[in-house]
Amino acid sequence: MARLIVLGGGVSGHTAATFAAKWLGSAHEVVVVTPNAKWNWIPSNIWVGVGQMSKEEVTFDLAPVYAKAGITYKQAKAVSLNPAGNESSDKPFVTIEFTEEGRAGESENIEYDYVINATGPKLNFGATPGLGLGDKLGEYTVSVCTPDHATHAADELKKCIKKMKAGERQKFLIGTGHGLCTCQGAAFEYIFNIEHELKKAGVRDMADLKWISNESFLGDFGVGGLHMKSMGFAVSSKIFAESLFTERNVDWIIGAHVNKVEAGKVHYELLDGDMGEEEFDFSMLIPPFAGVGLKAYGKDSADITDTIFAPNGFLKVDANYGAGAYENWKASDWPQTYQNPTYANMFACGIAFAPPHPISKPMKSPNGTPIGPTPPRTGMPSGIIGKTVAHSICDRILKGEDAPLHEASMAHMGAACVASAGKGLFNGTAAAMTIYPVVPDFDKYPGTGRDTEYTFGEIGLAGHWIKHILHHLFMHKAQLRVGWTLIPE
Amino acid sequence: MAQKHGEENIKAYSKNFTTMTPGPFAKWLRTNLIFQFIRFIVINIKMLVVVGKGH
Repeated sequence: MARLIVLGGGVSGHTAATFAAKWLGSAHEVVVVTPNAKWNWIPSNIWVGVGQMSKEEVTFDLAPVYAKAGITYKQAKAVSLNPAGNESSDKPFVTIEFTEEGRAGESENIEYDYVINATGPKLNFGATPGLGLGDKLGEYTVSVCTPDHATHAADELKKCIKKMKAGERQKFLIGTGHGLCTCQGAAFEYIFNIEHELKKAGVRDMADLKWISNESFLGDFGVGGLHMKSMGFAVSSKIFAESLFTERNVDWIIGAHVNKVEAGKVHYELLDGDMGEEEFDFSMLIPPFAGVGLKAYGKDSADITDTIFAPNGFLKVDANYGAGAYENWKASDWPQTYQNPTYANMFACGIAFAPPHPISKPMKSPNGTPIGPTPPRTGMPSGIIGKTVAHSICDRILKGEDAPLHEASMAHMGAACVASAGKGLFNGTAAAMTIYPVVPDFDKYPGTGRDTEYTFGEIGLAGHWIKHILHHLFMHKAQLRVGWTLIPE
Repeated sequence: MAQKHGEENIKAYSKNFTTMTPGPFAKWLRTNLIFQFIRFIVINIKMLVVVGKGH
C-alpha cells in the first residue's frame, strides 16, 4: 500500500486529494494535512466582505467530506520535510504539528511514498510595517483573504455607511499593500463591490474611492495585461479597466509600493521614485504572499531547505529558474509536471510552486525598489494543476514508477475568470473573461502574446449570474456531492 | 445636468482623459434581461471552449 500526503487543503490541495482518493481507491492511502477545520471558496469572500454572504455560506467542515472520501485527515500544519528519511530510517517523512483543539502543539512524523506541497501562501502582512505582524492582519486596514477577515471587513464597512448616512464623508482606499503583491483581481472585485453597495445604500455621493496598486498600468492583473477581442478590435485590458474606473468614478494610483501603514494613512513609493501619502477612513490592502516556512532536512539532519525551496519559500519544480532578464523569458520556462527536480516523489501545486519569474515585466524605482505584480497561481489554474499532479502520482502508484507524468503548463493553459463588480440578481454586474494562454507566448502569438480568438472579456449581468452559479457549483464539487467529477476545475 | 453615464467623471488632461466611457445604450444592455440571457449562453460556450483547451 502506497501513501500520498497532501500538504494543504485549499483549492489546489483539495482537488488533488479528492481525485487521488477516487483514482487510488481503498488499496492506497491519501492523507491531507491542513491547519484548517473548514474549506473555503475564497472567491466568494468578496461578497462576505460587503455583507452580501455569510461566512457559513462560503465554508464547510472538512472532516465529514474527507471521511466520505476515505481520506485520512490531519488538522495540523506541516513543519518540515525529510525527503530521504533520517539516520534511523530511509523512508521519507513529514513532521506535522496539530492545530486541532485538544491536540494543539502535538507533533507527529508521517512517512510517505509521495508528497504534494499545496500549502498555499503565508499571508505576509508583516512585510509592510503597519499592515500586520507576520501572518496576522494589523489594526489599521481590513482584508478579505479569509472568511474571518472578510466578516470583519463587512462590519467595518457597515460602520462607514452609518457615518456617511450621518453626513460624514468617507474615503476608501483599496488595492495592494506591498510592491510585490499578487491577487490584484480580488482587490479589483472588492472596490467595485463596495462602490455597488454604497450606491445601494444611497451614500455613493458621500464617498471617495481610490485604488492603489503595484501594477505598472491599470488592468495588468499580474498577467502583464491582456488583449481582448471586442467589436472587431483587440482591446487592451488597460482601456477596459480605465473605462470602468472612470465610469464608476474611482480614482487610481498605480506603480505603488506601499511601504508603511499608519492609522488612517499609507506611505508609498512610486515607480518614478516619488514618495507619497494617502489618507483613508477604510482600507483593504492585499498582503504579499510568501511560502509558509516549511523546512527540509537531509538524512544526516543537515538543513537542505535551500535545495528544495526557492528563496521566497515556494517549492522548486521543473521550471527554468535561470532565465535571467525579461528579454530572455520564454513560455517554456514555466513548469509542466510540477515535480521537484531533486526528489522525484515530491510535487507542488497551486500557489505553493515556485514560479520561474513574474509574468508582468519586472520594474524598479530609481531607488532600486522592485515594484510589480508577482504571478497569480490561484483559481482555475491551481485546480487544474492539482488534478494533473494527482493524476501523475496515481499513475506512478498504479502503473509503476516509470509511468509518464501528466503536464499542465500555465503557458499552454487557458483560464476563465469572472470578476464581480457588484452583487444582485437583476442589477449585479461582473467582468467575464477568458485568457489563453495564461502565460503569454510571444513566439507563438507575436504582439499580444495570446490567442485573441480565445481571449475575450465583457461586463454585464450575465457575468454576475455565472459568478453566482460558479459559487454553488464549486461548493457542490468540493463537498463531493453527486456528479462532482463532472464539474471542471 | 443630465446624467452622462461616466463622461462627467473624465477630467481634462488628467490620467483618465484618454479612456472611453460607455453610452446609455451600452449601459442599458448590461442589465437588459433578454440581451444578458443571450450573452450568458454565449459566454458559457466560450468559457467551456477555453476550459476544454486547459484540460
